[in-house]
Amino acid sequence: MNVTSMTEAPYPPSSSHLESIPLEVVSLVKRFGPVTAVDGVSLELRGGECLGLLGPNGAGKSTLIRAIVGRVISDAGRVSVFGFPANTSEARAALGWVPQELALYPRLTCRENLAAFGRYHGLSGGKLAESVAWCLDWAALQDRAGELAKNLSGGMKRRLNMAAGIIHRPRVVLMDEPTVGVDPQSRNRIFEMIEALRGEGAAIIYTTHYMEEAERLCDRVAIIDHGRIIAQGAHEELVQSVFAQRSQVLAHFDGPSGVIGAWVEQHTGRLLDGAAEFTIDDSTLIAGLLDDAARSGLKLLDVTLRRPNLESVFLHLTGRELRD
Amino acid sequence: MITPIVRTAIVSLRRDRAALALSFILPIVFFTIFAVIFGGRHDSTAKIQVILVDEDRSRASLDLVRGLQREDSLAIHTRPSSKSKTAEPLPEYTAASAEAAVKAGEAPVALIIPHGFGDNPISFGGDQGGVAIQLLNDSSDMIAPQMVAGLLQKAGMTSMPEVMAEKGMKYTDQFIGGLTPAQRKQMNSYLEILRHRENQPAAAGTSSAQAGSFSGPIAVNSRPVVGQNKRNPMISFYAAAIGVMFLLFTASGSAGALLDEAESGTLDRVLSSRITMTRLLLGKLTYNTLLAFAQLVVMFLWAWAVFKLDLFTHIPGFVVMGLCTAFAVAAFGMLLASICRTRAQLGALSTLLILTMSAIGGSMFPRFLMPEAMQKAGLFTLNAWAIDGFTKVFWRDLPVLDLWPQVCVLLAVGIVLFGLSRRIARRWEFA
Repeated sequence: MNVTSMTEAPYPPSSSHLESIPLEVVSLVKRFGPVTAVDGVSLELRGGECLGLLGPNGAGKSTLIRAIVGRVISDAGRVSVFGFPANTSEARAALGWVPQELALYPRLTCRENLAAFGRYHGLSGGKLAESVAWCLDWAALQDRAGELAKNLSGGMKRRLNMAAGIIHRPRVVLMDEPTVGVDPQSRNRIFEMIEALRGEGAAIIYTTHYMEEAERLCDRVAIIDHGRIIAQGAHEELVQSVFAQRSQVLAHFDGPSGVIGAWVEQHTGRLLDGAAEFTIDDSTLIAGLLDDAARSGLKLLDVTLRRPNLESVFLHLTGRELRD
Repeated sequence: MITPIVRTAIVSLRRDRAALALSFILPIVFFTIFAVIFGGRHDSTAKIQVILVDEDRSRASLDLVRGLQREDSLAIHTRPSSKSKTAEPLPEYTAASAEAAVKAGEAPVALIIPHGFGDNPISFGGDQGGVAIQLLNDSSDMIAPQMVAGLLQKAGMTSMPEVMAEKGMKYTDQFIGGLTPAQRKQMNSYLEILRHRENQPAAAGTSSAQAGSFSGPIAVNSRPVVGQNKRNPMISFYAAAIGVMFLLFTASGSAGALLDEAESGTLDRVLSSRITMTRLLLGKLTYNTLLAFAQLVVMFLWAWAVFKLDLFTHIPGFVVMGLCTAFAVAAFGMLLASICRTRAQLGALSTLLILTMSAIGGSMFPRFLMPEAMQKAGLFTLNAWAIDGFTKVFWRDLPVLDLWPQVCVLLAVGIVLFGLSRRIARRWEFA
């Protein structure tokens, strides 16, 4: 397991190496009264990389993103964007932020919304027109360019919301749960947009509490809980660091729930959506487990052997499910 | 099953402070304002400011002046008030300076007692060859000249007893003595004249407020010196008065877009770009100022087209007052929006403040109708300063330079209100 070190780092960074790092967050702390929303977070985003911030609601993902974008003043630590402190004009120009909320002007058309946010970022003339056209194309909204934002479907609003965040073509993009409330088809469209953006060379931080999204989109994942990053690394690295070569067995049984519960607990498993889940070191151990179930009077309905996933990692590290 | 419905509604109302304020505080505020203005608080009713010039200095004129000075409802000014208490008193008004003062709006009425008044102060029927008192008035105030004319007659009757007795004997000797057929004929014909005058329709009496002579023992010639050529005296007043009130509503509503943007997250997104909070607020202020000015333009164009308001000969004054007023109300709206947390709060607070300001500041009825204390309180409202400025432009035909007090106050208030809103808006800048 690759738990982030919490060591203090000097500032400002002096080496040209640091200036080439798109985004660096070091020991960031943000408190709201007695609540510590971000508790000593450190992370680094490399060029062209997509880093997933995976954590349940209230874990501190959005606060961390808002601190990076300069909308939250941190109590300690530092953020640098290509070597520039957060909230400087250089950092703002390099950062694109797609907030979780639909932060659009509802009575403006798609084109007008994009043009407005483009102007706020200092674009004008042909450069603005070119950028608006690129974003409309990227978000597959060319044929709805003249539609008022308030009249768009939920999925289209999400796409326009994303386009407004990258209208100035930033090199670092922060996406805060961009798929909230959208149907599976629209979600796939959004994934394609993000993949296209990566193809353009943008470095991305993608927050989500959907494990599948992190697994599909992200090169690396940082798992965040209670304001702390408890693990970070590539998907397989994280699973490997927590579970090594162990596998998970999911089995459904027929029998009294009390008996099933007691039996699962006796074998240090857990009940997940009615299924008994066990982590085993070797697949040959399944047979013994199922024999014991039969001896205990439980009738096996089905059984699955699987490699642990990020949700398993999160559960193992926190004792809680990702969507609690 | 009705009780749960009532209970739910009561709990909801109790938690909706905006609705509570509108339901209970606003009616009380308005009732109080109207009760003070039109209710039984006669002790504080505004005195009518009257400029008095006694050119005659006769016994009769001095008695009359003293009589007028004893009237509780009149404030008689024989000279302009000094700027400071220690300064030398300014010279007394002359007929010319009194007329200029009425034109400038310092008082709604001036009385000029001309040379020769004392020779024949009483003139029943007005045909005795006496010299009539000149009543100069501002026709935007239709009440003051009527009251002054009436009180002038009363003062004449009560403050000049010897003159009245002397004139009575003179009339007796003139009309009764001997009662020769010729005298009887003359008296009858005079009585016929009096009867004729008494039978004149009431409207004829009220018209004397605008021009002509008052019937009564003291001959008065009334002459409007402001607004005599205006087609409709109250149009410009109400265009400004109603305009400012709705400008305030529009400005606060428009500034409320800030709250919508804060709630939707758009404000955060804007502030994460190159736009700073100061630039954002200045942009909103500029927009709201232009919107308010456009509203004024539309309103005054309507007044010009439908009510023949003389807009196009007053363009410079209108533009100056319009822009200053628009700036001040826009800043007012920005402050309200930055104070409030939600649209509902803004709606309640703005309704409460704007209606109260409009009532006190003269948007609902002219301030000269109000008690003195309330007239002074009106000076704390944007309405009063804006209406005064527009009145100067459209009613008194004063040059743009004479608008400096209103311009200075509106601009200063606008700057202060905007400064406050900028300070309060810091809460949106960073968490």
